[in-house]
Amino acid sequence: MVCTRRSWSDLAGTVSVRLGFNRNRYLVAPGLYAVGAPDRSAPVLVTANYKLSFDTLRFALPGRHIWLLVLDTCGINVWCAAGKGTFSTQELVFRVEASGLAKLVDHRRLIVPQLGATGISALQVKEQSGFSIQFGPLRASDIAAWFDNGKREIEGMRDVTFSLKERAELIPVEFHLALKSMWWLFPLLFIISGIGPDLQITARLMSRGMWMIVALLAGTGAGIILVPLLLPWLPGRAFALKGAIAGLLCGLFLIFMTETGLRLPELLALLGIVVVMSSYLGMNFTGSTPYTSPTGVEWEMKRAIPAQFSLLVGALMLWVGTPLVLT
Amino acid sequence: MKDLRYIDGVTSLSLDRSVCIGCKMCSQVCPQAVFSYHAGKASIEDGDGCMECGACGVNCPVGALSVNPGVG
Ligand code: SF4
Ligand code: SF4
Repeated sequence: MVCTRRSWSDLAGTVSVRLGFNRNRYLVAPGLYAVGAPDRSAPVLVTANYKLSFDTLRFALPGRHIWLLVLDTCGINVWCAAGKGTFSTQELVFRVEASGLAKLVDHRRLIVPQLGATGISALQVKEQSGFSIQFGPLRASDIAAWFDNGKREIEGMRDVTFSLKERAELIPVEFHLALKSMWWLFPLLFIISGIGPDLQITARLMSRGMWMIVALLAGTGAGIILVPLLLPWLPGRAFALKGAIAGLLCGLFLIFMTETGLRLPELLALLGIVVVMSSYLGMNFTGSTPYTSPTGVEWEMKRAIPAQFSLLVGALMLWVGTPLVLT
Repeated sequence: MKDLRYIDGVTSLSLDRSVCIGCKMCSQVCPQAVFSYHAGKASIEDGDGCMECGACGVNCPVGALSVNPGVG
């Protein structure tokens, strides 16, 4: 259920967040598929042409005979595709028509995964294709139980979850996104760390530069690992705040547990960097959760970005200024 | 979601109970258990739980629901 709903990414000025891996390996040809030996009364399940959605659904129904109608969502899962408008009323109506479904089954019913409801209007599909829609359970793993219960949901089947396991699974994606948008900070801040009143640039890079890299790594780790894992326990509702707190903990740990040989203003600057990095990346995580509303994200960003920016500027001034002013 | 909550009091979800026909479609599609039913009509039980996915608005047969993310 990795969804990178990042409508605000332009606003934040971040780089494209498209996942970098080769999508073609994750495609299934759109159209009608038979699972088992479906007859004219077998149920028709609708899904996306994302290989994982397709396989999960297929294997969630062992020993059953069903039709699978696969929509063309460009290899994107049902939820994201519904949000993006490819898992849509129009595509479903077209696919019903193109597959000749009406000639293969006697009934006029389609089962659509609940998370597809964002993109599909049951009423319009009925009007345009004659097929009525029933929304199935949210998770493919519940579908067998849902059938066994007479196509009625059991408590909890309609509700999205965000368990520790689900959050942990997002860490590699977050890592990938962070690397893509933030990598340039590492060489830039490393080089800036060499600035000083004399020519001992190498010496400064080896001490200040290295510690800056450590701080950036700590901030990244706090934002993309601690925030997802500790989400329910980090105080506050806003992700920028959760991120800042995770960063503060990491930064203080770094300062008190290591012998940096740096001066107090430099340590404060590093702490600021860890907090900003973690707060910003934590805020980015709102794009991958299944419970943050866009209005809420906007509310949070309006308040957090100016604070993050000020802290960044302050920390950098302290960092660059210390060797120039204190000798 | 019960255990994880986001910013309160900002959702753009609104329900016009006067046109609602109580078909319960909204709770069929809602992933956040936002709705409950009283006197044959839907009511917003947990508006702060709404993630503004828009599914209820798209599927309410009488247009009683509206969700407008991005105008806050
Ligand atoms: S979908 Fe619309 S008409 Fe049906 S119960 Fe919900 S609000 Fe009322
Ligand atoms: S917008 Fe989505 S989360 Fe909000 S009430 Fe409607 S269906 Fe539920």
